[in-house]
Amino acid sequence: MTTDVMVRAEGVRKRFGLVEVLRGIDLVATRGEVMCVLGPSGSGKSTFLRCINHLEKVDAGRLVVDGELVGYEQRGERLYELREAEVARKRAEIGMVFQRFNLFPHMTALGNIVEAPVRVKRMSPKAADKRGRELLDRVGLSGREDTYPRQLSGGQQQRVAIARALAMDPKLMLFDEPTSALDPELVGEVLDVMRDLATSGMTMIVVTHEIGFAREVGDALVFMDDGVVVESGPPKQVLTNPQHDRTKAFLSKVL
Amino acid sequence: MSSDRASDLPVVPVRHPGRWVAAVVLLVLAAMLGHWLAATDGLHWHVVWHYLFDPTIVASARRTLVLTALAMLIGVTLGVVLAVMRLSANPIVSGCAWVYVWFFRGTPVLVQVLFWYNLPAVMHSLSVGVPFGPSWFHTDPKTLITQFGAAMLGLGLNEGAYMAEIVRAGILSVDEGQTEAAQALGMTRMLTMRRVVLPQAMRVVIPPTGNETISMLKTTSIVSVIGYAELTFTAQIIGSRTFQVIPLFIVISIWYLAMTSVLTVGQYYLERYFARGAARALAPTPIQRVRGWVGR
Repeated sequence: MTTDVMVRAEGVRKRFGLVEVLRGIDLVATRGEVMCVLGPSGSGKSTFLRCINHLEKVDAGRLVVDGELVGYEQRGERLYELREAEVARKRAEIGMVFQRFNLFPHMTALGNIVEAPVRVKRMSPKAADKRGRELLDRVGLSGREDTYPRQLSGGQQQRVAIARALAMDPKLMLFDEPTSALDPELVGEVLDVMRDLATSGMTMIVVTHEIGFAREVGDALVFMDDGVVVESGPPKQVLTNPQHDRTKAFLSKVL
Repeated sequence: MSSDRASDLPVVPVRHPGRWVAAVVLLVLAAMLGHWLAATDGLHWHVVWHYLFDPTIVASARRTLVLTALAMLIGVTLGVVLAVMRLSANPIVSGCAWVYVWFFRGTPVLVQVLFWYNLPAVMHSLSVGVPFGPSWFHTDPKTLITQFGAAMLGLGLNEGAYMAEIVRAGILSVDEGQTEAAQALGMTRMLTMRRVVLPQAMRVVIPPTGNETISMLKTTSIVSVIGYAELTFTAQIIGSRTFQVIPLFIVISIWYLAMTSVLTVGQYYLERYFARGAARALAPTPIQRVRGWVGR
Protein backbone atom coordinates (compact mmCIF):
# COMPACT_ATOMS: atom_id res chain seq x y z
CA MET A 1 0.00 0.00 0.00
CA THR A 2 1.52 3.31 -1.04
CA THR A 3 1.43 6.24 1.37
CA ASP A 4 0.16 8.41 -1.45
CA VAL A 5 -3.32 6.92 -1.16
CA MET A 6 -5.69 8.87 1.11
CA VAL A 7 -8.95 7.05 0.44
CA ARG A 8 -9.30 3.59 -1.03
CA ALA A 9 -12.70 1.99 -1.55
CA GLU A 10 -13.04 -1.64 -2.62
CA GLY A 11 -16.49 -3.01 -3.29
CA VAL A 12 -18.17 -0.74 -0.73
CA ARG A 13 -21.82 -1.63 -0.24
CA LYS A 14 -24.55 0.07 1.77
CA ARG A 15 -28.20 -0.84 2.13
CA PHE A 16 -31.06 1.15 3.64
CA GLY A 17 -33.82 -1.37 4.31
CA LEU A 18 -34.65 -2.96 0.96
CA VAL A 19 -32.82 -0.40 -1.13
CA GLU A 20 -29.17 -1.01 -1.92
CA VAL A 21 -27.80 2.51 -2.19
CA LEU A 22 -24.16 1.59 -2.79
CA ARG A 23 -23.62 -1.50 -4.93
CA GLY A 24 -19.87 -1.95 -4.84
CA ILE A 25 -17.91 1.29 -5.03
CA ASP A 26 -14.28 1.08 -6.11
CA LEU A 27 -12.16 4.21 -6.18
CA VAL A 28 -8.87 5.69 -5.04
CA ALA A 29 -8.19 9.27 -3.99
CA THR A 30 -4.54 10.21 -3.64
CA ARG A 31 -3.03 12.66 -1.18
CA GLY A 32 -3.40 16.30 -2.21
CA GLU A 33 -5.96 15.42 -4.85
CA VAL A 34 -9.26 17.21 -5.42
CA MET A 35 -11.80 14.60 -6.42
CA CYS A 36 -15.20 15.75 -7.61
CA VAL A 37 -18.12 13.33 -7.52
CA LEU A 38 -20.92 13.93 -10.00
CA GLY A 39 -24.15 12.11 -10.52
CA PRO A 40 -27.95 12.34 -10.47
CA SER A 41 -29.92 12.51 -7.20
CA GLY A 42 -30.18 9.16 -5.50
CA SER A 43 -27.03 7.83 -7.14
CA GLY A 44 -25.48 7.28 -3.70
CA LYS A 45 -22.77 9.94 -3.84
CA SER A 46 -23.73 11.60 -0.55
CA THR A 47 -24.08 8.23 1.15
CA PHE A 48 -20.60 7.25 -0.01
CA LEU A 49 -19.19 10.52 1.34
CA ARG A 50 -20.88 9.90 4.70
CA CYS A 51 -19.39 6.41 4.80
CA ILE A 52 -15.89 7.88 4.64
CA ASN A 53 -16.19 9.41 8.12
CA HIS A 54 -18.45 6.63 9.36
CA LEU A 55 -21.63 8.70 9.63
CA GLU A 56 -23.02 5.69 7.77
CA LYS A 57 -21.85 2.18 8.50
CA VAL A 58 -20.50 0.23 5.53
CA ASP A 59 -22.30 -3.10 5.05
CA ALA A 60 -19.68 -4.83 2.92
CA GLY A 61 -16.39 -4.11 1.18
CA ARG A 62 -13.35 -2.27 2.43
CA LEU A 63 -13.03 1.46 2.96
CA VAL A 64 -9.56 2.62 3.99
CA VAL A 65 -8.63 6.19 4.92
CA ASP A 66 -4.93 6.99 5.28
CA GLY A 67 -4.08 3.34 5.70
CA GLU A 68 -6.69 2.66 8.39
CA LEU A 69 -9.97 0.81 7.96
CA VAL A 70 -13.00 3.04 8.58
CA GLY A 71 -15.05 2.03 11.62
CA TYR A 72 -13.39 -1.36 12.07
CA GLU A 73 -10.13 -2.86 13.11
CA GLN A 74 -8.74 -5.99 11.55
CA ARG A 75 -7.17 -8.46 13.96
CA GLY A 76 -6.33 -11.76 12.34
CA GLU A 77 -9.24 -12.92 10.23
CA ARG A 78 -11.86 -10.83 11.99
CA LEU A 79 -13.09 -7.26 11.82
CA TYR A 80 -13.80 -5.68 15.17
CA GLU A 81 -16.14 -2.74 15.33
CA LEU A 82 -14.40 0.29 16.83
CA ARG A 83 -15.48 1.85 20.11
CA GLU A 84 -17.20 5.23 20.02
CA ALA A 85 -14.13 7.10 21.27
CA GLU A 86 -11.99 5.53 18.51
CA VAL A 87 -14.52 6.43 15.83
CA ALA A 88 -14.67 9.98 17.19
CA ARG A 89 -10.86 10.25 17.19
CA LYS A 90 -10.74 9.26 13.52
CA ARG A 91 -13.58 11.59 12.59
CA ALA A 92 -11.69 14.46 14.18
CA GLU A 93 -9.05 14.05 11.45
CA ILE A 94 -11.59 14.38 8.64
CA GLY A 95 -13.37 17.66 8.01
CA MET A 96 -16.90 17.66 6.65
CA VAL A 97 -18.96 20.44 5.12
CA PHE A 98 -22.70 19.90 4.76
CA GLN A 99 -25.22 21.05 2.21
CA ARG A 100 -27.27 22.80 4.88
CA PHE A 101 -24.22 24.18 6.79
CA ASN A 102 -25.33 22.72 10.16
CA LEU A 103 -23.66 25.49 12.13
CA PHE A 104 -24.50 25.49 15.84
CA PRO A 105 -27.09 28.30 16.02
CA HIS A 106 -26.58 28.99 19.73
CA MET A 107 -22.89 29.77 19.27
CA THR A 108 -21.26 32.74 17.55
CA ALA A 109 -19.22 32.28 14.38
CA LEU A 110 -16.02 32.13 16.43
CA GLY A 111 -17.72 29.92 19.03
CA ASN A 112 -18.58 27.42 16.29
CA ILE A 113 -14.96 27.30 15.17
CA VAL A 114 -13.26 26.96 18.57
CA GLU A 115 -15.74 24.44 20.00
CA ALA A 116 -14.18 21.22 18.69
CA PRO A 117 -10.50 22.25 19.03
CA VAL A 118 -11.11 23.13 22.70
CA ARG A 119 -13.45 20.28 23.64
CA VAL A 120 -12.08 17.49 21.44
CA LYS A 121 -8.43 18.34 20.89
CA ARG A 122 -8.03 19.97 24.31
CA MET A 123 -6.43 23.01 22.72
CA SER A 124 -6.13 25.98 25.10
CA PRO A 125 -9.05 28.42 24.61
CA LYS A 126 -6.58 31.21 23.96
CA ALA A 127 -4.75 29.35 21.20
CA ALA A 128 -8.04 28.16 19.68
CA ASP A 129 -9.35 31.71 19.74
CA LYS A 130 -6.28 33.01 17.90
CA ARG A 131 -6.44 30.23 15.32
CA GLY A 132 -10.21 30.73 14.93
CA ARG A 133 -9.72 34.39 14.11
CA GLU A 134 -7.04 33.50 11.56
CA LEU A 135 -9.40 31.01 9.91
CA LEU A 136 -12.26 33.50 9.79
CA ASP A 137 -9.88 35.91 8.12
CA ARG A 138 -8.86 33.20 5.67
CA VAL A 139 -12.48 32.65 4.58
CA GLY A 140 -12.93 36.42 4.31
CA LEU A 141 -15.05 36.94 7.41
CA SER A 142 -12.82 38.77 9.86
CA GLY A 143 -14.92 41.12 11.95
CA ARG A 144 -17.79 38.61 12.10
CA GLU A 145 -16.43 36.72 15.13
CA ASP A 146 -19.35 37.56 17.42
CA THR A 147 -22.11 37.17 14.85
CA TYR A 148 -24.63 34.36 15.25
CA PRO A 149 -25.19 32.06 12.23
CA ARG A 150 -28.74 33.28 11.59
CA GLN A 151 -27.45 36.80 11.17
CA LEU A 152 -25.20 35.65 8.31
CA SER A 153 -26.07 34.99 4.67
CA GLY A 154 -26.01 31.43 3.38
CA GLY A 155 -22.66 31.95 1.69
CA GLN A 156 -21.16 33.41 4.86
CA GLN A 157 -22.55 30.54 6.94
CA GLN A 158 -21.01 27.99 4.62
CA ARG A 159 -17.66 29.77 4.82
CA VAL A 160 -17.85 29.67 8.64
CA ALA A 161 -18.65 25.96 8.33
CA ILE A 162 -15.52 25.45 6.22
CA ALA A 163 -13.45 27.37 8.78
CA ARG A 164 -14.99 25.21 11.55
CA ALA A 165 -13.89 22.04 9.75
CA LEU A 166 -10.41 23.45 9.06
CA ALA A 167 -9.94 24.32 12.73
CA MET A 168 -9.37 20.62 13.45
CA ASP A 169 -6.44 20.55 11.00
CA PRO A 170 -7.98 17.72 8.97
CA LYS A 171 -5.96 15.59 6.59
CA LEU A 172 -9.00 15.19 4.36
CA MET A 173 -11.97 17.44 3.65
CA LEU A 174 -15.36 16.11 2.55
CA PHE A 175 -17.87 18.46 0.90
CA ASP A 176 -21.47 17.29 0.56
CA GLU A 177 -23.03 19.53 -2.10
CA PRO A 178 -21.65 22.65 -0.36
CA THR A 179 -23.29 25.12 -2.72
CA SER A 180 -26.63 23.42 -3.44
CA ALA A 181 -28.55 25.32 -0.74
CA LEU A 182 -27.19 28.72 -1.77
CA ASP A 183 -28.60 31.53 -3.83
CA PRO A 184 -26.81 31.53 -7.22
CA GLU A 185 -25.06 34.83 -6.48
CA LEU A 186 -23.56 33.42 -3.25
CA VAL A 187 -22.14 30.25 -4.82
CA GLY A 188 -19.04 32.05 -6.07
CA GLU A 189 -17.77 33.16 -2.67
CA VAL A 190 -17.88 29.59 -1.32
CA LEU A 191 -16.22 28.15 -4.42
CA ASP A 192 -13.48 30.77 -4.10
CA VAL A 193 -12.70 29.57 -0.58
CA MET A 194 -12.68 25.95 -1.79
CA ARG A 195 -10.43 26.82 -4.71
CA ASP A 196 -8.02 28.53 -2.32
CA LEU A 197 -8.09 25.44 -0.12
CA ALA A 198 -7.36 23.17 -3.09
CA THR A 199 -4.38 25.33 -4.03
CA SER A 200 -2.97 24.92 -0.52
CA GLY A 201 -2.70 21.17 -1.16
CA MET A 202 -5.65 19.89 0.88
CA THR A 203 -7.05 16.51 -0.10
CA MET A 204 -10.70 17.10 -0.96
CA ILE A 205 -13.61 14.94 -2.02
CA VAL A 206 -16.38 17.15 -3.32
CA VAL A 207 -19.88 15.97 -4.15
CA THR A 208 -21.17 18.74 -6.36
CA HIS A 209 -23.30 19.84 -9.25
CA GLU A 210 -20.85 22.63 -10.10
CA ILE A 211 -19.43 21.30 -13.38
CA GLY A 212 -17.34 24.44 -13.82
CA PHE A 213 -15.64 23.93 -10.46
CA ALA A 214 -15.02 20.25 -11.24
CA ARG A 215 -13.44 21.11 -14.59
CA GLU A 216 -11.31 23.96 -13.28
CA VAL A 217 -10.19 22.80 -9.82
CA GLY A 218 -10.72 19.03 -9.87
CA ASP A 219 -7.83 16.61 -10.39
CA ALA A 220 -10.17 13.67 -10.80
CA LEU A 221 -13.81 13.35 -11.65
CA VAL A 222 -16.01 10.43 -10.68
CA PHE A 223 -19.41 9.92 -12.21
CA MET A 224 -21.76 7.81 -10.11
CA ASP A 225 -25.14 6.39 -10.98
CA ASP A 226 -27.39 3.88 -9.26
CA GLY A 227 -24.86 3.04 -6.54
CA VAL A 228 -21.83 2.34 -8.74
CA VAL A 229 -18.97 4.34 -10.24
CA VAL A 230 -19.83 4.51 -13.93
CA GLU A 231 -16.80 6.42 -15.09
CA SER A 232 -13.82 8.26 -13.69
CA GLY A 233 -10.75 10.09 -14.90
CA PRO A 234 -9.31 13.55 -15.38
CA PRO A 235 -12.23 16.04 -15.44
CA LYS A 236 -11.53 17.42 -18.90
CA GLN A 237 -11.45 13.95 -20.39
CA VAL A 238 -14.66 12.76 -18.70
CA LEU A 239 -16.51 15.99 -19.41
CA THR A 240 -15.52 16.41 -23.04
CA ASN A 241 -15.24 12.80 -24.08
CA PRO A 242 -17.46 10.61 -21.87
CA GLN A 243 -17.24 6.91 -22.65
CA HIS A 244 -20.51 5.63 -21.20
CA ASP A 245 -23.98 6.38 -22.49
CA ARG A 246 -25.20 7.12 -18.96
CA THR A 247 -22.50 9.77 -18.50
CA LYS A 248 -23.26 11.24 -21.91
CA ALA A 249 -26.97 11.46 -21.10
CA PHE A 250 -26.32 13.11 -17.74
CA LEU A 251 -23.84 15.62 -19.11
CA SER A 252 -26.07 16.54 -22.03
CA LYS A 253 -28.68 17.63 -19.49
CA VAL A 254 -26.46 19.61 -17.15
CA LEU A 255 -23.92 21.19 -19.49
CA MET B 1 -62.09 61.68 -13.20
CA SER B 2 -61.65 63.36 -9.82
CA SER B 3 -58.10 62.28 -9.07
CA ASP B 4 -55.76 59.73 -10.61
CA ARG B 5 -53.81 59.27 -7.38
CA ALA B 6 -55.61 57.20 -4.80
CA SER B 7 -53.23 58.39 -2.07
CA ASP B 8 -54.70 61.90 -2.29
CA LEU B 9 -58.16 60.74 -1.22
CA PRO B 10 -59.25 60.76 2.45
CA VAL B 11 -59.41 57.28 4.01
CA VAL B 12 -62.40 56.20 6.10
CA PRO B 13 -61.36 53.38 8.49
CA VAL B 14 -63.69 50.40 8.99
CA ARG B 15 -66.01 50.89 12.00
CA HIS B 16 -66.05 48.24 14.73
CA PRO B 17 -69.33 48.65 16.63
CA GLY B 18 -68.99 45.13 18.06
CA ARG B 19 -65.80 46.09 19.88
CA TRP B 20 -67.53 48.97 21.63
CA VAL B 21 -70.42 46.75 22.74
CA ALA B 22 -68.02 44.12 24.09
CA ALA B 23 -65.93 46.72 25.93
CA VAL B 24 -68.98 48.28 27.59
CA VAL B 25 -70.37 44.89 28.68
CA LEU B 26 -67.02 43.86 30.20
CA LEU B 27 -66.57 47.19 31.98
CA VAL B 28 -70.03 46.87 33.54
CA LEU B 29 -69.23 43.33 34.71
CA ALA B 30 -65.90 44.50 36.16
CA ALA B 31 -67.64 47.33 38.01
CA MET B 32 -70.15 44.81 39.45
CA LEU B 33 -67.30 42.61 40.67
CA GLY B 34 -65.51 45.61 42.20
CA HIS B 35 -68.70 46.66 43.98
CA TRP B 36 -69.25 43.17 45.30
CA LEU B 37 -65.67 42.96 46.60
CA ALA B 38 -65.91 46.32 48.33
CA ALA B 39 -69.43 46.07 49.67
CA THR B 40 -69.49 42.47 50.95
CA ASP B 41 -68.88 42.70 54.69
CA GLY B 42 -68.01 39.00 55.02
CA LEU B 43 -64.76 39.49 53.12
CA HIS B 44 -63.39 41.52 56.05
CA TRP B 45 -60.70 43.44 54.21
CA HIS B 46 -59.23 44.77 57.45
CA VAL B 47 -58.53 41.17 58.46
CA VAL B 48 -56.90 40.57 55.09
CA TRP B 49 -54.54 43.54 55.62
CA HIS B 50 -53.88 42.43 59.17
CA TYR B 51 -52.75 38.96 58.16
CA LEU B 52 -51.11 39.77 54.81
CA PHE B 53 -47.67 40.30 56.38
CA ASP B 54 -48.28 38.28 59.51
CA PRO B 55 -44.94 36.55 60.43
CA THR B 56 -46.61 33.11 60.38
CA ILE B 57 -47.93 33.71 56.86
CA VAL B 58 -44.61 35.10 55.61
CA ALA B 59 -42.75 32.11 57.07
CA SER B 60 -45.15 29.67 55.41
CA ALA B 61 -44.82 31.53 52.11
CA ARG B 62 -41.08 31.00 52.38
CA ARG B 63 -41.68 27.28 52.99
CA THR B 64 -43.90 27.12 49.89
CA LEU B 65 -41.17 28.76 47.85
CA VAL B 66 -38.41 26.47 49.16
CA LEU B 67 -40.56 23.39 48.59
CA THR B 68 -41.33 24.54 45.02
CA ALA B 69 -37.66 25.19 44.29
CA LEU B 70 -36.47 21.84 45.66
CA ALA B 71 -39.27 19.83 44.02
CA MET B 72 -38.51 21.47 40.68
CA LEU B 73 -34.79 20.87 41.14
CA ILE B 74 -35.48 17.17 41.65
CA GLY B 75 -37.99 17.20 38.79
CA VAL B 76 -35.75 18.89 36.23
CA THR B 77 -32.66 16.84 37.10
CA LEU B 78 -34.62 13.62 37.01
CA GLY B 79 -36.37 14.77 33.83
CA VAL B 80 -33.10 15.33 31.95
CA VAL B 81 -31.73 11.96 33.09
CA LEU B 82 -34.96 10.13 32.18
CA ALA B 83 -35.20 11.87 28.78
CA VAL B 84 -31.63 10.89 27.86
CA MET B 85 -32.38 7.35 29.12
CA ARG B 86 -35.54 7.19 27.01
CA LEU B 87 -33.49 7.95 23.89
CA SER B 88 -30.82 5.38 24.76
CA ALA B 89 -30.10 2.55 22.35
CA ASN B 90 -30.17 0.10 25.28
CA PRO B 91 -33.73 -1.28 25.52
CA ILE B 92 -33.44 -1.94 29.28
CA VAL B 93 -32.39 1.65 29.95
CA SER B 94 -35.09 3.19 27.76
CA GLY B 95 -37.64 0.70 29.10
CA CYS B 96 -36.92 1.68 32.71
CA ALA B 97 -37.42 5.35 31.86
CA TRP B 98 -40.70 4.50 30.13
CA VAL B 99 -41.97 2.54 33.12
CA TYR B 100 -41.02 5.36 35.48
CA VAL B 101 -42.96 7.92 33.45
CA TRP B 102 -45.89 5.52 33.09
CA PHE B 103 -46.11 4.94 36.84
CA PHE B 104 -45.56 8.43 38.20
CA ARG B 105 -47.73 10.10 35.58
CA GLY B 106 -50.42 7.50 35.94
CA THR B 107 -51.08 7.91 39.67
CA PRO B 108 -52.39 11.06 41.40
CA VAL B 109 -49.72 13.26 42.96
CA LEU B 110 -51.85 13.50 46.11
CA VAL B 111 -51.71 9.71 46.48
CA GLN B 112 -47.95 9.76 45.90
CA VAL B 113 -47.41 12.36 48.63
CA LEU B 114 -49.59 10.37 51.05
CA PHE B 115 -47.72 7.19 50.06
CA TRP B 116 -44.30 8.62 50.89
CA TYR B 117 -45.60 10.12 54.11
CA ASN B 118 -47.07 6.83 55.29
CA LEU B 119 -44.24 4.64 54.07
CA PRO B 120 -42.37 4.56 57.41
CA ALA B 121 -45.47 2.94 58.95
CA VAL B 122 -44.91 -0.24 56.91
CA MET B 123 -41.17 0.02 56.37
CA HIS B 124 -39.27 -0.20 59.61
CA SER B 125 -35.79 -0.14 58.22
CA LEU B 126 -34.10 1.10 55.11
CA SER B 127 -30.84 -0.40 53.94
CA VAL B 128 -28.64 -0.03 50.92
CA GLY B 129 -26.70 -3.07 49.75
CA VAL B 130 -26.78 -6.13 47.53
CA PRO B 131 -30.36 -7.40 47.04
CA PHE B 132 -30.91 -10.44 49.30
CA GLY B 133 -27.24 -9.99 50.34
CA PRO B 134 -25.25 -7.87 52.76
CA SER B 135 -26.11 -4.25 53.37
CA TRP B 136 -23.71 -1.35 53.80
CA PHE B 137 -26.01 1.41 54.92
CA HIS B 138 -28.81 1.16 57.41
CA THR B 139 -31.33 3.67 58.76
CA ASP B 140 -34.82 4.14 60.08
CA PRO B 141 -37.09 5.65 57.39
CA LYS B 142 -38.79 7.81 60.00
CA THR B 143 -35.68 9.95 60.30
CA LEU B 144 -35.52 10.31 56.52
CA ILE B 145 -39.18 10.88 55.73
CA THR B 146 -40.41 13.88 57.63
CA GLN B 147 -43.41 15.93 56.50
CA PHE B 148 -41.04 18.06 54.47
CA GLY B 149 -39.16 15.04 53.11
CA ALA B 150 -42.35 13.30 52.03
CA ALA B 151 -43.66 16.51 50.43
CA MET B 152 -40.42 17.08 48.54
CA LEU B 153 -40.12 13.46 47.40
CA GLY B 154 -43.77 13.17 46.39
CA LEU B 155 -43.81 16.39 44.38
CA GLY B 156 -40.29 16.04 42.95
CA LEU B 157 -40.55 12.43 41.79
CA ASN B 158 -43.93 13.13 40.23
CA GLU B 159 -42.58 16.22 38.49
CA GLY B 160 -39.66 14.19 37.11
CA ALA B 161 -42.07 12.16 34.99
CA TYR B 162 -43.60 15.27 33.42
CA MET B 163 -40.25 16.96 32.95
CA ALA B 164 -38.90 13.84 31.23
CA GLU B 165 -41.49 14.19 28.48
CA ILE B 166 -40.84 17.92 28.16
CA VAL B 167 -37.08 17.44 27.87
CA ARG B 168 -37.51 14.55 25.45
CA ALA B 169 -39.66 16.73 23.19
CA GLY B 170 -36.93 19.39 23.38
CA ILE B 171 -34.19 16.95 22.41
CA LEU B 172 -36.24 15.61 19.50
CA SER B 173 -36.86 19.16 18.27
CA VAL B 174 -33.14 19.68 17.55
CA ASP B 175 -32.27 19.07 13.90
CA GLU B 176 -30.40 15.83 13.23
CA GLY B 177 -27.87 17.79 11.17
CA GLN B 178 -26.64 19.30 14.44
CA THR B 179 -25.71 15.90 15.84
CA GLU B 180 -24.07 14.91 12.55
CA ALA B 181 -22.03 18.10 12.41
CA ALA B 182 -20.89 17.58 16.01
CA GLN B 183 -19.97 13.95 15.36
CA ALA B 184 -18.14 14.86 12.15
CA LEU B 185 -15.99 17.17 14.31
CA GLY B 186 -15.05 14.19 16.46
CA MET B 187 -17.36 14.93 19.39
CA THR B 188 -18.61 11.93 21.36
CA ARG B 189 -22.31 11.37 21.96
CA MET B 190 -22.15 12.68 25.54
CA LEU B 191 -20.27 15.81 24.50
CA THR B 192 -22.67 16.36 21.59
CA MET B 193 -25.64 16.05 23.95
CA ARG B 194 -24.14 18.45 26.50
CA ARG B 195 -22.69 21.11 24.22
CA VAL B 196 -24.86 21.01 21.11
CA VAL B 197 -28.23 19.30 21.62
CA LEU B 198 -29.32 20.22 25.16
CA PRO B 199 -28.55 23.96 24.88
CA GLN B 200 -30.72 24.08 21.75
CA ALA B 201 -33.40 21.91 23.34
CA MET B 202 -33.58 24.46 26.17
CA ARG B 203 -35.36 26.93 23.92
CA VAL B 204 -38.21 24.46 23.50
CA VAL B 205 -37.99 23.18 27.10
CA ILE B 206 -38.06 26.52 28.98
CA PRO B 207 -41.64 27.70 28.31
CA PRO B 208 -43.35 24.46 29.48
CA THR B 209 -40.88 24.26 32.39
CA GLY B 210 -41.95 27.74 33.43
CA ASN B 211 -45.55 26.55 33.34
CA GLU B 212 -44.59 23.52 35.40
CA THR B 213 -42.85 25.71 37.99
CA ILE B 214 -45.86 28.00 38.31
CA SER B 215 -48.11 24.97 38.48
CA MET B 216 -45.82 23.41 41.12
CA LEU B 217 -45.99 26.53 43.27
CA LYS B 218 -49.74 26.04 43.51
CA THR B 219 -49.61 22.24 43.69
CA THR B 220 -47.53 22.51 46.88
CA SER B 221 -50.86 23.39 48.54
CA ILE B 222 -51.82 19.72 48.43
CA VAL B 223 -49.11 18.80 50.94
CA SER B 224 -51.32 20.53 53.50
CA VAL B 225 -52.99 17.09 53.75
CA ILE B 226 -49.91 15.71 55.50
CA GLY B 227 -49.74 18.74 57.77
CA TYR B 228 -46.72 20.48 56.34
CA ALA B 229 -47.08 24.14 57.29
CA GLU B 230 -46.94 25.76 53.87
CA LEU B 231 -49.29 28.61 52.89
CA THR B 232 -52.55 26.71 52.51
CA PHE B 233 -52.15 24.65 55.67
CA THR B 234 -51.22 27.76 57.68
CA ALA B 235 -54.22 29.65 56.31
CA GLN B 236 -56.52 26.77 57.24
CA ILE B 237 -55.10 26.64 60.78
CA ILE B 238 -55.37 30.39 61.38
CA GLY B 239 -58.76 30.46 59.66
CA SER B 240 -60.26 27.74 61.81
CA ARG B 241 -58.85 29.32 64.96
CA THR B 242 -60.13 32.82 64.24
CA PHE B 243 -63.21 31.88 62.16
CA GLN B 244 -61.85 34.16 59.42
CA VAL B 245 -61.60 31.49 56.74
CA ILE B 246 -62.41 33.57 53.64
CA PRO B 247 -60.13 36.53 54.49
CA LEU B 248 -57.21 34.15 55.02
CA PHE B 249 -57.83 32.45 51.69
CA ILE B 250 -57.74 35.92 50.13
CA VAL B 251 -54.41 36.53 51.91
CA ILE B 252 -52.79 33.41 50.53
CA SER B 253 -54.30 33.99 47.08
CA ILE B 254 -52.51 37.35 47.03
CA TRP B 255 -49.29 35.59 48.04
CA TYR B 256 -49.67 32.90 45.39
CA LEU B 257 -50.42 35.52 42.74
CA ALA B 258 -47.44 37.66 43.76
CA MET B 259 -45.07 34.68 43.66
CA THR B 260 -46.33 33.36 40.32
CA SER B 261 -46.00 36.90 38.90
CA VAL B 262 -42.35 37.02 39.94
CA LEU B 263 -41.79 33.60 38.35
CA THR B 264 -43.42 34.78 35.12
CA VAL B 265 -40.95 37.66 34.89
CA GLY B 266 -38.08 35.25 35.59
CA GLN B 267 -39.32 32.95 32.84
CA TYR B 268 -39.39 35.85 30.39
CA TYR B 269 -35.72 36.63 30.91
CA LEU B 270 -34.70 32.98 30.87
CA GLU B 271 -36.46 32.50 27.51
CA ARG B 272 -34.64 35.54 26.16
CA TYR B 273 -31.29 34.14 27.24
CA PHE B 274 -31.83 30.84 25.46
CA ALA B 275 -33.28 32.53 22.37
CA ARG B 276 -29.87 34.02 21.54
CA GLY B 277 -28.94 33.07 18.01
CA ALA B 278 -32.53 31.95 17.30
CA ALA B 279 -33.73 35.33 16.08
CA ARG B 280 -31.80 37.86 14.04
CA ALA B 281 -32.36 40.51 16.70
CA LEU B 282 -34.00 40.18 20.11
CA ALA B 283 -36.97 42.45 20.81
CA PRO B 284 -36.22 44.94 23.60
CA THR B 285 -37.41 44.00 27.10
CA PRO B 286 -40.21 46.10 28.62
CA ILE B 287 -37.62 47.77 30.86
CA GLN B 288 -35.40 48.58 27.89
CA ARG B 289 -38.42 50.06 26.14
CA VAL B 290 -39.24 52.29 29.12
CA ARG B 291 -35.60 53.39 29.29
CA GLY B 292 -35.78 54.18 25.59
CA TRP B 293 -38.78 56.48 26.12
CA VAL B 294 -37.22 58.15 29.13
CA GLY B 295 -33.90 58.67 27.38
CA ARG B 296 -35.54 60.30 24.39
